[in-house]
Amino acid sequence: MRETTHKIARRRKTGRRHPFATVALIAIGLGLTGGAYAAFNATGSTADAAASSQSDIDAGKKLFQANCASCHGLEAQGTSEAPSLIGVGAAAVDFQVGTGRMPMAMQGPQAQEKPSQFTQDQIDQLAAYVASLAPGPGIPDSKYTDGDGDAAKGAELFRVNCAMCHNVAGAGGALTEGKYAPPLHGVSPTHVYEAMVTGPQNMPVFNDKNISPEGKRDIITYLRFIQQNPSPGGFELGALGPVAEGLFIWIFGLGSIVALTVWITAKSN
Amino acid sequence: MTATTAAETTAKRRSLTAAASEYIDERTSVSVVVKEFGRKIFPDHWSFLLGEVALYSFIVILITGTFLTFFFQASQADVIYHGSWVPLKGIQMSAAMNSTLNISFDVRGGLLVRQIHHWAALLFVASIGLHMLRIFFTGAFRKPRELNWVIGFTLFVLAMAEGFTGYSLPDDLLSGNGLRIIDGLIKGIPVVGTWISFLLFGGEFPGTSIVGRLYTLHILLLPALVVAFIALHLVFVVVHKHTQYAGPGRTQQNVVGYPVLPVYAAKAGGFFFIVFGVLALMASLFTINPIWLYGPYDPSPVSAGTQPDWYIGFADGMLRLMPSHWEFVWLDHTWSLNVFIPVVILVLFLVVVAIYPFIESWVTGDKREHHILDRPRNQATRTAIGAAGVTFYAVMWAAASSDLVATHFKLTMEGVIGALQVLLILGPIIAYFITKRICIGLQKKDRSIALHGYESGRIVKLPGGEFIEVHQPLDEYERWRLVSYETYQPLMLRPDSRGRITFGRRLRAGMSRWFFEDRLEPVTKGELEAGHDHH
Amino acid sequence: MAQDDNGGTEITPAASSAVDRRPGDPGTAVIVQDAAENPGFPPHRARITDKDPRKQRRAERTVYTLFYVSIVGSIWAVAAYIAFPIESGNIADVRVSTLAIGIGMALALLAIGFGAVHWAKALMADKEGIDIRHPVRGSDETRDRAVEIFKEADTESGFGRRTLIRNSLIGALVAFPLPAIVLFRGLGPMNEDPVKLLSHTMWKRGTRLTRDPSGTPIKASDVTIGSVFHVIPEGLNDKEDALDQKAKAAVLLMRLDPKDLHPRPSRKDWAYDGIVAYSKICTHVGCPVALYEQQTHHLLCPCHQSQFDITHEARVIFGPASRPLPQLPITVDADGYLVAQSDFHEPVGPSFWERH
Repeated sequence: MRETTHKIARRRKTGRRHPFATVALIAIGLGLTGGAYAAFNATGSTADAAASSQSDIDAGKKLFQANCASCHGLEAQGTSEAPSLIGVGAAAVDFQVGTGRMPMAMQGPQAQEKPSQFTQDQIDQLAAYVASLAPGPGIPDSKYTDGDGDAAKGAELFRVNCAMCHNVAGAGGALTEGKYAPPLHGVSPTHVYEAMVTGPQNMPVFNDKNISPEGKRDIITYLRFIQQNPSPGGFELGALGPVAEGLFIWIFGLGSIVALTVWITAKSN
Repeated sequence: MTATTAAETTAKRRSLTAAASEYIDERTSVSVVVKEFGRKIFPDHWSFLLGEVALYSFIVILITGTFLTFFFQASQADVIYHGSWVPLKGIQMSAAMNSTLNISFDVRGGLLVRQIHHWAALLFVASIGLHMLRIFFTGAFRKPRELNWVIGFTLFVLAMAEGFTGYSLPDDLLSGNGLRIIDGLIKGIPVVGTWISFLLFGGEFPGTSIVGRLYTLHILLLPALVVAFIALHLVFVVVHKHTQYAGPGRTQQNVVGYPVLPVYAAKAGGFFFIVFGVLALMASLFTINPIWLYGPYDPSPVSAGTQPDWYIGFADGMLRLMPSHWEFVWLDHTWSLNVFIPVVILVLFLVVVAIYPFIESWVTGDKREHHILDRPRNQATRTAIGAAGVTFYAVMWAAASSDLVATHFKLTMEGVIGALQVLLILGPIIAYFITKRICIGLQKKDRSIALHGYESGRIVKLPGGEFIEVHQPLDEYERWRLVSYETYQPLMLRPDSRGRITFGRRLRAGMSRWFFEDRLEPVTKGELEAGHDHH
Repeated sequence: MAQDDNGGTEITPAASSAVDRRPGDPGTAVIVQDAAENPGFPPHRARITDKDPRKQRRAERTVYTLFYVSIVGSIWAVAAYIAFPIESGNIADVRVSTLAIGIGMALALLAIGFGAVHWAKALMADKEGIDIRHPVRGSDETRDRAVEIFKEADTESGFGRRTLIRNSLIGALVAFPLPAIVLFRGLGPMNEDPVKLLSHTMWKRGTRLTRDPSGTPIKASDVTIGSVFHVIPEGLNDKEDALDQKAKAAVLLMRLDPKDLHPRPSRKDWAYDGIVAYSKICTHVGCPVALYEQQTHHLLCPCHQSQFDITHEARVIFGPASRPLPQLPITVDADGYLVAQSDFHEPVGPSFWERH
């Protein structure tokens, strides 16, 4: 096994010496990038395209022009205030509008989650319209959001890829300049999936080559597990870790004990 | 012959207790101890029980910790987890993490004991902190108790060390990142840092030795030291007898309170069960340190909101408060001032806390014993220094949760840290002046109450048409609490016997002026009598 | 009025002398000649349980009821231990077991505590006592005797006189712990140079970048714009000292629009088509700097909030760190996989003394 690796490594080295090798490599690399990108986008949008009819797209366009065009432009081409939505896919629309982040209530460090202003049908129409503009990631298949994957694998992926911003327990965390990674409790599996593939706002994109659809399903499974199983140790104190525990011991622990010391030393009636 | 028979008959009639006492006393002379200490007096005040909270939580820690050692494996050998926590099944981890998970999920009552142990540890350090504040603000560290303050301070440091070593044992992600920070901190120490890190971790971080080594410290060396220092601390409490608050009948020569047997023993003994009970209740209701969520240590992942347990927070906060770019290469070596300055500040802060009693006694020059506690307001400068110290600590502590403060109060983390950097400098100064003014204001109020009584709220019209509020006079016992305190006057700067003014004298005079310039003299008998005549 | 050294007896309200008899220099303390007088002990106030036998009986009932409750709590805890097994592997059982046993124990403990304290407060004799204090220092007589003993011992041993013996003993006592201290050298590795270890990682020319934790290689085409990959070197998972290696070799891989990158000329070819790789280990104290904001291109360390700007070679823009994150020069191999061009050009992670 090790032998073969060495051989490959050696061959690679010798190959690299050829003057045209670099050029060739870059050409191949670029080709692969583009190819994979297209392939990935294509797979993302197929399910979506099949599901949406022209009438949905037309209804979506009307909704878009009434509610979104003032910032994103009449043709979703983007303005100085908001990015272009061409190619963001149905997943981005479903996430942004479905979690109430869009339309944005006010300018701030980042769009806030709030009750959605649209029905799911309207969101689907909007999504269909945006997806019709250019291929982009689609709404995930329900087999990836059922939460019946491998929780242990999901937890491991979550720790490596998500916990640094969203906290190991999904309690959320701070980012720079007033931005934050939101808590994940109560977020629907579909929205979690869509966030991973679209990378809303400052969240990086976790495409299917980085975390496979099965991996995303495992992550959703882990999140479902910790939400459905109450903490075995009792109330969680916000799952905020040692800070919450420290405040609790000072205010309630030591507080109650000090109250008791007052009772112990007070003169009985 | 007859005498023996008589003795035998009495012996037969004696109860079992008496026989047992007889047996033990003949072999230990325990009756001397009972005679000496059985009726020893302890004054009753809630604040005198704070040290007991620390002692009792330590006992709870010992009991629960012993249970945990029977199941814990202090090893970083790789194992695959096969326990009950589904999200970690099949994951590779250290035996330490594996055994901690097994204690939590596969030993009945194991999680309860783990949670009692951890809550008790947090309470241990917190109660030591509160106890120290009580000692400080009431001046209980003055002669003859200066050394006992230092012993208590040492216990505080040992307790933090116990806490940190224990926190690191499960080898979970959170504590592993804590150790990573310690490693970085040590490496930042000039000259010896790299080698200390390598000796501590047995090579490169994280290595495979650290958990075992911390375990030895956590269950052997540190507890032995804590027990020894607690014993010493208590011996001194007995030798010095307990301090008491000023009150009628209480003097520097007596101590007024309840005897050990029976009242104090019942209260203190009962209090142990109360502390244990509160900890058990907390542990059964509230999760602490959910290592199953953190997962095993791995140098690559990290969780948002990575923080140490509260008592290390001030150190972590100080690290966060350093501005950028405080590091340079000089003489072919790296000077990590961004890491080393916080270490120096923390050490200096702790040293000042440890030696404060000696500073104050040097300033006052008072060589008498002090057994009556100060009311904090009557020592305005000391109380203000204490408030400044508490503020300094609190700012560092708050900085350790700068990210959580930012998210929970919808602020930017940069703003929070910037504000805390300013507060670290200004906060103590502001706290000092505000506290000092409040203390002096309270002294004035006390003085006026002692002289004229309470404002009764009843307004009377005098024959001349003037309105006055009737003052309710105090009884003499209440008044005594207000007037029985000591003050110091600022030291005059005088040349010594050789006619020189040394730097030390100048400093002492300066400090003395700083301490005692603003002060109110206690009400005298003459003033009291004059006050009575007035009404 | 009877007063006792220890085992103070009942006190009666009587004026005690307020004269301060403490020995020692008062320093700058103000000695007020006309000080107010200590009024002595206030009159004793009887408790309701002292006055009302019914209340007393009620207090008695409360105390023994509490002790009985404690027994119930203990039995409850034992019963809960048996009644709520956790061996099913169902995590909810752990919560039930913990809660049930814990509540029983808490009840048992708290009831003893409250019972004992209530007993002491309401029923035990409400008699305060006093102890008389003595100066902590030994009496002059005792001190003289102590000095004498030392003198006698000195004469009898010749400790002060036989200076050669004394000084050689002191020397020996200073020297004897040295071997013990030297033994602790064994805590660290013997034949390794820390500086060398800290200066190198697993990365070398041609090492593939692989996903953390699976170890699968990454193609350049996999890394779309806005993506972030958590990366380990190929073969790390098979290493004996995998964690030690990972603690140095962990890398963060991001793809930006090449327009956004501003590398210095010598690093122009360290990136591949906008894909850049930086050490994930913070240059402050070593936490993983894993938070990547894809719009601002800032990296944030969650431990101490240091921030690094990826567009400018990961320079520090906020927080206690000083140095930029070391960059790993990367390229692609013949199969399109991302590989390292070399090891890092500087030590990764926290600074250390010998680093320069």
